[in-house]
Amino acid sequence: MPYDKFNTLTSTVVPLPAENVDTDQIIPARFLKATEREGFGDNLFRDWRYDVEGNPKPDFVLNNPTYSGKILLAGKNFGSGSSREHAVWALYDYGFRCVVSSFFADIFKNNCLNIGVLPVTVSAGFAQQLFDAVEADPSTEITVDIAQQTITLNSTGASETFDINAYKKENMQNGFDDIDYLLNIQEEIREFEMKG
Amino acid sequence: MEKKTLFDKIWDAHVVRSVPNGPDVFFIDKHFIHEVTSPVAFLNLEKRGIGVMYPDRTIATPDHNVPTVDQDKTIKDKLSRMQVEKLRDNCKKHGIELHDLGSAHHGIVHVIGPELGVTQPGMTIVCGDSHTSTHGAFGAIAFGIGTSEVEMVLATQCIMQVKPKKMRITVDGELGKGVTSKDIILYIISKISAAGATGYFVEYAGSAITNLSMEARMTICNMSIEMGARGGLIAPDQTTYAYLKGKRYAPQGEAWEQAVAHWESLKTDDGAEFDLEYHYDAADIEPMITYGTNPGMGIKVKDRIPNADLLEGSNKTSFLKSLEYMGFAPDEPIKGKKVDYVFVGSCTNGRIEDIRAVAGFVKGKKKAANITAWIVPGSREVEKLAHEEGLVKILEEAGFELRQPGCSACLAMNDDKIPAGKYAVSTSNRNFEGRQGPGARTLLASPLTVAAVAVTGVIADPREVF
Ligand code: SF4
Repeated sequence: MPYDKFNTLTSTVVPLPAENVDTDQIIPARFLKATEREGFGDNLFRDWRYDVEGNPKPDFVLNNPTYSGKILLAGKNFGSGSSREHAVWALYDYGFRCVVSSFFADIFKNNCLNIGVLPVTVSAGFAQQLFDAVEADPSTEITVDIAQQTITLNSTGASETFDINAYKKENMQNGFDDIDYLLNIQEEIREFEMKG
Repeated sequence: MEKKTLFDKIWDAHVVRSVPNGPDVFFIDKHFIHEVTSPVAFLNLEKRGIGVMYPDRTIATPDHNVPTVDQDKTIKDKLSRMQVEKLRDNCKKHGIELHDLGSAHHGIVHVIGPELGVTQPGMTIVCGDSHTSTHGAFGAIAFGIGTSEVEMVLATQCIMQVKPKKMRITVDGELGKGVTSKDIILYIISKISAAGATGYFVEYAGSAITNLSMEARMTICNMSIEMGARGGLIAPDQTTYAYLKGKRYAPQGEAWEQAVAHWESLKTDDGAEFDLEYHYDAADIEPMITYGTNPGMGIKVKDRIPNADLLEGSNKTSFLKSLEYMGFAPDEPIKGKKVDYVFVGSCTNGRIEDIRAVAGFVKGKKKAANITAWIVPGSREVEKLAHEEGLVKILEEAGFELRQPGCSACLAMNDDKIPAGKYAVSTSNRNFEGRQGPGARTLLASPLTVAAVAVTGVIADPREVF
């Protein structure tokens, strides 16, 4: 589905340093029963965010009013496990447009790019710099510039470039998804199929 | 001539075109769908006003959220019922073959695909489920996709993919007694880590792999995703052909001969290059179990939980957090710990061979009083065979509860949940926090180890119990 174009994003950051955060944590299976793509943000990180009675757990970062923003700063190997795209829908629905980590799981990364959440892979050292800066000052802002492929810590100007393939980059900048591309070459696909 | 890996051969034959500096337009031979990751894809097709390009290349079954009792009745849970009904409607509307609840081939999508002979060597197969890698056991490129991609496959039979890097894992030698293919893969993941194969597609090779049955090969390929790999595959051979011959969708007669001739070419050429290779000796592998909250946290049942002193920084924090969730301490033995539940099932180990193994071991014994033992066949076909072979009787006499086919406690979307704080030794594939129910503590192991736990009531090494 079409999503908002992504060019530059400057935002404060929500830090989540836990490693190996799997998609079962991002959205537990019992919340996957919808037949439409709406309202998943309410259950984002459900079991870390709420106790069994549904009361917010004060020590979880999403319940901490100190932190907010459109960028999630995550620990390494973020998004492993189940292929559920609902995990990205939940992040998007909650308001995140970008996830920064030193390492992403493959399917999760693909899913992000398909629905307009930008995954930015940074070096482990830079990730640590970002965590430290946000911890020292929660109002710290980060700027992600997709055209330049840079991520910058505004307070110090420290910056790193990130990888994204040219095709996906253009998609993100225009709010396109792959299906538009594929629908345009259906004839070619049909010929390929016939060759068997 | 250019030397190619098995993976290259299949991949290259399915590229419709390559986008300059971008992904390949990758053609998909077979597409499986289920009730949880497909409804939004169909909804989006409707919004775009387009249909399904090749309905006979998609096969559907409801498996993830279905109850495992009273499958002949209306599903009680409203949301589950809606998803299953949506799947039925969508299949009917678009002319997609559906193996519905109660029908002869209903079951977990990765169990029924091979059973029906839909899964064949050389194919490209996807499904909105990460364990689609299971089908790689037949020498196919099979991997999980997200719902946007499900929509693409329905609409155009293609997805856009960047070709992954290639890894080969070779396991040579003879497996010891009481050691299964589940132990091989848990061992490999414990060595490579839960993220160690991210970005790669794995080929499994070596005598310890080629000596395995198709069921056992599926267990290995199934868990490729648990080390971060997109998928895993094994070159087809006589074992593969023997399994497929006569299956409903397998080629027949002359077409069979032609197919086998083609499948024979699906091997990695001598001298073909991999980006990364690992070698293991089967003799080093023993019954394995996980102690933490990702599948890379595995040890031999006879070993102690690792000592945290060797770890540093964030690794140590994650490790300790994980042990805290599990209620374990560093450096303590895992054997002898009390267990509450055992679960035999899932697309990893819910096939007939797994049920035979468990029944063979518990025959004439009783489960321990503290254990609740669930056995959930991967499909109706498995269930039927288990009855015919007298396995159900053996298992029920031992105190196991047989439930109807589905994903069940593997992901606990239905009522089959392990209560908070309880320990479950499970033949499934994920031990994430809350995977088997909020607060549930999961330890992954082979069907034989699970059988040993069921009988003793504690974590046990199957070689010492039987
Ligand atoms: S059995 Fe478990 S891993 Fe397999 S498809 Fe079902 S939920 Fe996924």
